[in-house]
Amino acid sequence: MTSRTDAGAEGRVYNVGGQDWDEVVAAADEAGDRPGDERLIVNMGPQHPSTHGVLRLVLTLDAETVTELRPVIGYLHTGIEKNMEFRTWTQGVTFCTRMDYLSPLFNETAFCLATERLLGITDRIPERASVLRVLMMELNRISSHLMAIATFGLELGATTVLLNGLREREKVLDLFELITGLRMNHAYIRPGGVSQDLPPGAIEKIREFLGLMPGLLGDMRKLLDANPAYLARTKGIAFLDLAGCMTLGVTGPVLRSTGLPWDLRKSQPYCGYETYEFDVPVQTTCDAYGRYLVRMDEMDQSLRIIGQCTDRLAGPGTDDDRVMIADAKIGWPAQLALGPDGLGNSPEHIKHIMGQSMEALIHHFKLVTEGFRVPAGQAYAAIESPRGELGCHAVSDGGTRPYRVHFRDPSFTNLQALPAMCEGGMIADVIAAVASTDPVMGGVDR
Amino acid sequence: MTAEQPPGQAQPPDQAALAGQERLSEQVARTGMFGTETTGDTSGYGGLIVRRPPPLSSPRPYGWYFDDLADALGSSLDQSGLPFGEAVERVVADRGELTCYVRREHLTAVAGRLRDDPALAFELCTGVSGVHYPADVGRELHAVYHLVSLTHNRRLRLEVSVPDSDPHVPTMVRVYPTCDWHERETWDFFGIIFDGHPALTRIEMPDDWKGHPQRKDYPLGGIPVEYRGATVPPPDERRAYE
Repeated sequence: MTSRTDAGAEGRVYNVGGQDWDEVVAAADEAGDRPGDERLIVNMGPQHPSTHGVLRLVLTLDAETVTELRPVIGYLHTGIEKNMEFRTWTQGVTFCTRMDYLSPLFNETAFCLATERLLGITDRIPERASVLRVLMMELNRISSHLMAIATFGLELGATTVLLNGLREREKVLDLFELITGLRMNHAYIRPGGVSQDLPPGAIEKIREFLGLMPGLLGDMRKLLDANPAYLARTKGIAFLDLAGCMTLGVTGPVLRSTGLPWDLRKSQPYCGYETYEFDVPVQTTCDAYGRYLVRMDEMDQSLRIIGQCTDRLAGPGTDDDRVMIADAKIGWPAQLALGPDGLGNSPEHIKHIMGQSMEALIHHFKLVTEGFRVPAGQAYAAIESPRGELGCHAVSDGGTRPYRVHFRDPSFTNLQALPAMCEGGMIADVIAAVASTDPVMGGVDR
Repeated sequence: MTAEQPPGQAQPPDQAALAGQERLSEQVARTGMFGTETTGDTSGYGGLIVRRPPPLSSPRPYGWYFDDLADALGSSLDQSGLPFGEAVERVVADRGELTCYVRREHLTAVAGRLRDDPALAFELCTGVSGVHYPADVGRELHAVYHLVSLTHNRRLRLEVSVPDSDPHVPTMVRVYPTCDWHERETWDFFGIIFDGHPALTRIEMPDDWKGHPQRKDYPLGGIPVEYRGATVPPPDERRAYE
C-alpha cells in the first residue's frame, strides 16, 4: 500500500495492492481521512458482465447499502444519427437497425413509419407488408424478452436460465435468417414496405415454431415462477411505482408492472395492430418480479399475434400481394431472387433494365444512387418496442437525405430511473434492478 | 386571428399577392442550378433564385382533436394570465401532428399548464430533440419536445427556436424530470444551453470534447482519433496505397 497527496485529486490517494485493507484503514485513520463514516465509492463498469454492455455505475456505498448511484453512459456512442444525415432515406435503415441490436426490427419500423408519414404514404403501404412487419416485430419481441430473462438469470447466478433462454432465442434467430437472410442487423423493413416476401417453406417453419414455443416457455416458467431463490432476488426489488415512471418517462414492461395497461399497440395502433386480437398483460407489484411476469405474458401474446399473421400470410392471396409500395418513385424495383449461387439480384429485372428499357435503367440508377425526395417537414413516429416507447423524430428539408433523425430510445430514458430504484437498497439488488429495466447500450448511446 | 376588420375599410389585398410578397421577403436558399455559374449553362436555370419557404402557420380548423387541444391550452393559459398569442408564436398542424412554436421565455409556463391542467393532462414527456438550421438566421437552433397525454391519448409537439449567438433555453427538468438526460444530450450534440438544469454536462461525448457534433457546421469524420497518447489520423488523411 502506498499513499500520496495529488494536487488534482479530491484528497489523499491510496493505492490498494490487495490483501492490505487493514493497512489502508489504519493509514486513513492516521491521516484523519475517515471521520467516522464508512463511505466507499465503487466504479461498477464500464466493463462488467452484469451491466448489459458498457454501462458504468458510480456507487456510493455505506457497508452494503447503496446511498447514491450515478449511471454514466456514452461508451458506445457511434454517431448513428449523424451518419444517417449523410445517406439516403433507404440507406438510413442500415444504420438505425444497429442501434438497439436486440430489437433491430423495431428500430427499422420506427424509422420507416416516420419516413412514410413525411412522404404521406402511410395509407398506401401494402397490407401484406404491414402483416410482415407485425410478424417480424412480434418474433423480435420474443427474442428480445428471452434475452432479457436469460441474462437476468445469469446475472443472478443461474446459468440454466441463460442456456435455456439462448437456446429458445436461437429458434427465433433461425426464422430471421430464413426470412431476412441475417440473424441481426437485417435492414429488412424499408420505407414503403419490406425488402422481400417470405421465402418458400417459411410458413411451415413459423407454424412449427408456434407449436414448439408454448412448451419451451412453459418450461421456463416452471423453472422460475415459483423458484424460492429467484423470488428472493426479485420480489419487492427495484421498486418503481406509476408516479415514478411518469415523472422519469419510463415506459414498457416497467410501466406495465405498475398496473397501467399503456401499450402503444393498443392505445395508438400502427401497422394495423388494431386488427389483431391480443391482451396487454399488467402486474401491480411495481418490482423486478412483476416485470419478469409481464415479459413472460407478453411473449404468450406475441405468439397469438404471430399465429394471426401466419394465417393472414398463408390465406388466399389477394390481387395485390406486393410487399413494397406500388409507387415506382419510392419502392425499389428489384426484388432479390434466389439463384443457384445464392440470394442475389433478380435476373428478370436486370434483363429489363440492361436489355430492354433505357428509361428503366435511368430510373433504377437515380432511385438507387440518389434516392427519393421527401417533402420538407417533420414527423414523430412512436412504436412499442420490447423496452417501451421507441420514437423516431425525422426532419426533412425536401432532399434525398434526412436532415435530422433523432431516436427516443426507451433504454436511454429508462436508465435514468436507476437511482430511484436502487438508492437505499443493497448493492446486490443493483444487478437485479439493471437487469429488470433491460437496457441495451447500443440503443442508449446510438 | 382575433383582430376584426373595421367596416368601411378598403378590401384586403389579394391573398396570392400577399403570399408572393411574403415569399420575396424571405432569405435566398440557393441560386442557379446544376452547379454551373459561367456561360457553360445554356439551360436558363443559371439565373434561378430559390428563396426559403416562409414559416408555416396552419389556419383553423386544424382538424382531428387539435382544435379542442388548442382551445383547452388557450383557455388554460388565459386563466394563468398569459395570453395564448404571446406564449405561442404559431401553430402548425401537419401530417397528423400538432406543433406549437413556443417563445422560449414562456416555455416552462406553457409546459406547466400542459402537465397540470386536467383538460390537457400531458403527463409524459418523451424527451428533447435538437435540430440545427444554419440557414434560418436568428432561429438557428431548435429544441423539439414531444409530449404524450395518457389520460386523453393525445400527442403534442412543442418547438422552441433560439439564435446561435444566444443559445439559451430554460430547462424543463422542473416540469418533466425525464428531460434531465435528454437536455444533456441536446447540449452535448447541439450546444443549446438549458438554463437551470441541475448538471448540464456532456453525456455521450467525452467530457473534454471540443464542439457539438450534430450541428450542421460540424463535419462527419475528419477528427483524429486519440487513444492513450497515440493518434489515429482522420479517414481522409490516412495512408493510401498509390
